[in-house]
Amino acid sequence: MEAILSFLGENMDMLYFLILSIFLGIEVISHVPAVLHTPLMSGANAIHGVVIIGAIIVMGHADPDNYLALGIGFIAVILGTLNVVGGFVVTDRMLGMFRKKKDNK
Amino acid sequence: MSEMIQSNILEISYLIAAVTFILGLKMLSQPKTARKGNFIAATGMTLAILTTILFHKQNGEGISNLGWIGAGIVVGSIIGYVMAIKVKMTAMPQMVSFFNGMGGACAALISLNEFTHYTSGGEVMMMNGEVLVILLGLLIGSVSFSGSIIAYGKLEGKIKDFVFPMQHIVNLSLLAIILALGAYLMINNLDEPLWIYLIFGLSLLYGILFVLPIGGADMPVVISLLNSFTGMAAAFAGFLYGNYVMLTGGILVGSAGTILTVLMCKAMNRSLTNVLIGAFSAKGGPAAAGSGDLTVREVTPTDVAILCAYANKVVIVPGYGLAVAQAQHAVHEFEKILEGKGVDVKFAIHPVAGRMPGHMNVLLAEADVPYDKLVEMEDINPQMPNTDVVLVIGANDVVNPAAENDPSSPIYGMPIIQVNKAKNCIILKRSMRPGYAGIENPLFFMPKTSMLFGDARDSIQKLIEELKAL
Repeated sequence: MEAILSFLGENMDMLYFLILSIFLGIEVISHVPAVLHTPLMSGANAIHGVVIIGAIIVMGHADPDNYLALGIGFIAVILGTLNVVGGFVVTDRMLGMFRKKKDNK
Repeated sequence: MSEMIQSNILEISYLIAAVTFILGLKMLSQPKTARKGNFIAATGMTLAILTTILFHKQNGEGISNLGWIGAGIVVGSIIGYVMAIKVKMTAMPQMVSFFNGMGGACAALISLNEFTHYTSGGEVMMMNGEVLVILLGLLIGSVSFSGSIIAYGKLEGKIKDFVFPMQHIVNLSLLAIILALGAYLMINNLDEPLWIYLIFGLSLLYGILFVLPIGGADMPVVISLLNSFTGMAAAFAGFLYGNYVMLTGGILVGSAGTILTVLMCKAMNRSLTNVLIGAFSAKGGPAAAGSGDLTVREVTPTDVAILCAYANKVVIVPGYGLAVAQAQHAVHEFEKILEGKGVDVKFAIHPVAGRMPGHMNVLLAEADVPYDKLVEMEDINPQMPNTDVVLVIGANDVVNPAAENDPSSPIYGMPIIQVNKAKNCIILKRSMRPGYAGIENPLFFMPKTSMLFGDARDSIQKLIEELKAL
């Protein structure tokens, strides 16, 4: 228990950051029109692909002889990239549809 | 470049990336700027990834295994790009779900690796924040992964809804077991990799059981929820590395995703709890009861074609069934032929038609239906009394008059498209099965309503042939 408390204490700035970010996230999207729900979900989906950076860090500091770690890290990098690239491209395609409609107007 | 400068560049690029994520999300929530917002966030992401590879240092050592990392990024990019380009517009929700699952899996794998890395240094105390964060990241990432894949399968029609007795109790117990196991590990210093794989396996199982009973039509809400889960998992990984860009991206998506989930539920006039455990209460539903003495009138495609051809104004109400049958191109052709005959054709768009807000707009835009043909619910309702024919294609609950006049109805209070005020109402439907809400629709039994049974695309194709033959 103490270890966890001291972990929190040591990371107070990160905790503040975390809580402020939560409110920011709520604030930023609270006025979204219903039509944009799906593209927004898709865009947010691409943004959490930032987890790829963690995969790169794991991979970048893995022991070159530890094949299990390398294998897992390699898959993590692929999956993370899939999330980022696929996410942004799909969102762009979706939003492209919306723009086309406006042009026809 | 000295190490100091490198690490400063890295931190500054993370700051820039974090700002692009916030800006991107903000812009994504407004129609005018949405596409640009997506692009800005993507640019920030690319910057963060590149600078991490170039400048990240841990205990003075840079990123190694560059070949592996490069190969992984190239493979992931190609697969992701091709999938995203090839996917049909109607299959968008499952595509998002799939990519979301990949992010969740990525977070889970990071936790797996970090756990073994953390415990490989001999005797360690497990009762600490790092292990806690690793375990939570593993749990949430795995649930998000397996849940997303199930949601993907459901939307693809490959996995059926699956309900068994006491399911919610089983699910809750499983979750409790996973949490207890995690706590047990930490308290007793159990650092065998076996344990972490056990938690991994149970979490995957929980994700599957969590999504299985939820109805296919509610998947967009579930995907949005799992989306915020993956955000949280990414944030936990960020916490572990003290990496602020991962924290920002993760938490933003975690909280924005949660709010978005709630907004989506609100648009359907339901609560999140209702969506998540609705399957348990709706079992066996009251839908079929009492309909025995009511009769419906069936029409032939010929009748419908004649009715439409000689009408002044036709309104088409598309719904989930239109999307499932992929009938958007057929319906556009139908509309063009009618327009050629001098009939005024409009599409009435209910905000939650298709259970995915904006679903119908995207679908009809794909078939090149002109934007000014799509009319919002509030604008079309006053026009209903002057409408000669309404064609309801695969929609049900959004035109159910019970929402307006039956206080005992579960959807009472939800705004509807008032098709019952039009002169004639034709329902294109596969069968008499009720919509996802599992409630009877009195509209079907009204004297001015006729039913045209069959797959939406087949039915419309028949209508087109009949129109051409006229």
